[in-house]
Amino acid sequence: MRLFINGEAAEAPDGTAVTELLKLRRVSQPDMVTVELNGEILERKTFDTKVLKEGDRVEFLYFMGGGSR
Amino acid sequence: MKLTIERTVYHAMLKAARRAAPLEACGLCGGKDGRVTQFYELTNADASAEHFGMKPEEQFAAIKDMRAKGIRMLAIWHSHPASPARMSEEDLRLAYTPGVIYLILSLLKPGKPDLRGFVLNGGNPDEISIVVGQ
Repeated sequence: MRLFINGEAAEAPDGTAVTELLKLRRVSQPDMVTVELNGEILERKTFDTKVLKEGDRVEFLYFMGGGSR
Repeated sequence: MKLTIERTVYHAMLKAARRAAPLEACGLCGGKDGRVTQFYELTNADASAEHFGMKPEEQFAAIKDMRAKGIRMLAIWHSHPASPARMSEEDLRLAYTPGVIYLILSLLKPGKPDLRGFVLNGGNPDEISIVVGQ
């Protein structure tokens, strides 16, 4: 199926869930990633079960933070 | 490696850092070809003098705006209101995003702000050259 990942068209197998997509995209630390699906931020607990559909728009980015210590 | 930061962007960073002090400020820098042309001040969700964390919804909005402008995220920026412009242990531990420059603006010496940039090399910070220009 065709998805739009971070703004770019990409192919993924039918039935791919968010967790699998992150693996396919070689996201090394998925626990530190926020995923937005069609404009809605997903709860992390749904990553395993949220199956993507043709034409879905997926955005993901890493947590960005730090500190001065 | 060199990163050029447009003067207007630098002043926006400085203004954001000074306004937020004594809390840390944070934001994203967009541009292309090693030149930062756009600064996105984001909310420090931690509202802390020693920590920062960005809000994902604001991060997504900034990234999409960069895409619409034909630029990309070049750097992740934050301020150190009362400590030097170096990557702290926490900065290093939480530097998950690959392929970006980490910019830190120190206000330790109020009359002499210090902006430095780093890339991670095997988990270690390598300082790069920062040029503020037109």
